[in-house]
Amino acid sequence: MEVPILKQGAFLIATFQAALSDADLNQLRMGLVQQVVKFRSRAVIVDVTAMDVMDSFASRTLREIAHMIRLRGAETVIVGIQPEVAFAMVQLGLTLEGVATALDLEEGLAYLNEKFKVTN
Amino acid sequence: MISKRDVASVPPESKRNEEPSELLRELVAHLRQNRTQLREEWVVRISETRLLTAMTKEEIFAEATSVYDSYVEALETEAFEALQAYARNLSERIIPRGVETHEVVGIVLLLRDVLARSLRILDAYEPAANRIANTVAVGFVQERERVIRQQQEAIRELSTPVLQVRERLLILPIIGVIDPQRARQLTEQLLRGIRTNRAKVVVIDITGVAAMDVTVANHLVQTVEASRLLGATVIVTGLSPEIAQTLVTIGVDLGKMNTVGDLQGGIEQAERLLGYKVATLAEQS
Repeated sequence: MEVPILKQGAFLIATFQAALSDADLNQLRMGLVQQVVKFRSRAVIVDVTAMDVMDSFASRTLREIAHMIRLRGAETVIVGIQPEVAFAMVQLGLTLEGVATALDLEEGLAYLNEKFKVTN
Repeated sequence: MISKRDVASVPPESKRNEEPSELLRELVAHLRQNRTQLREEWVVRISETRLLTAMTKEEIFAEATSVYDSYVEALETEAFEALQAYARNLSERIIPRGVETHEVVGIVLLLRDVLARSLRILDAYEPAANRIANTVAVGFVQERERVIRQQQEAIRELSTPVLQVRERLLILPIIGVIDPQRARQLTEQLLRGIRTNRAKVVVIDITGVAAMDVTVANHLVQTVEASRLLGATVIVTGLSPEIAQTLVTIGVDLGKMNTVGDLQGGIEQAERLLGYKVATLAEQS
């Protein structure tokens, strides 16, 4: 199942579905990294609200997405991590260090708007 | 009434051949016949040994009668459910009045003693009586354990409040000893609290925690990281020198931990992060 990437103003939004295969994740990573330059986006929001389980591959991919997007000149915000998932990830040592996080999509957008308003 | 002598004089071989149900029937008949006398003897023995001091004599007599009757019934029918139910019910009533475990076990053993003295047909009596003593005692202990569990649960719930002090600012004051189980519960409650209150900043105050072991300290660090994944910043306040020592020993990455000396400082920093500015009325005007 392919993850749709939506363009919303200066941002890209990708919403994870419940069960994603490793191939889907790789495809999403490439898609985001290509489109972020194509659309001249300033930031990417990855919404993982629907994921009630996060394995090590998924969370490593999230971190890689964030770092690759930074290299492509934009910022990443991961939003909607479930409380149980958050703690499970931390226990596995997957803390997404250096990646911005927010409670949900609304918060993520608010964070980015705030941030880019200041720099403009 | 069965003569003790008749039964006692039965030679061991024939006793073994005799149907146990036959013996049991005799036993029950005997217990029924001597109900008043045995029951009174039992109550007298209870008062003599100063058991159940929390109850009046009348109450003891009433309870003794019920226990005696349930006891005989259980012996007769071999159905222990009624006795179990009664034991539970009795425990529920007497535990709040401060009756101790040794008292309950004591009165059951006393009844056993009173009956055994009067009977001496121990072949059928011993296993049945043991089982009854066991049922009543276990019923009591189970009820007591249930009460203890319930109270532990209540204490745990009460001891970890997650409080909202400003829009999007939560405070989690932790007081007392943190064991791994409580630490887990704290984390759960905090993460859920962040979600429901849409918190951006959380102040965890551990002034009331004297020391924590390495496991719990690690758990605290994990809680801070998990909160960040939900988009909330955590400020830890009131670290005691011992806890600071522990955190340094386990090598916490201090870049991830935001710590402030006391709760006041923590709240002030949280307000700055959220963009609040507290001013006195004089300053404003």
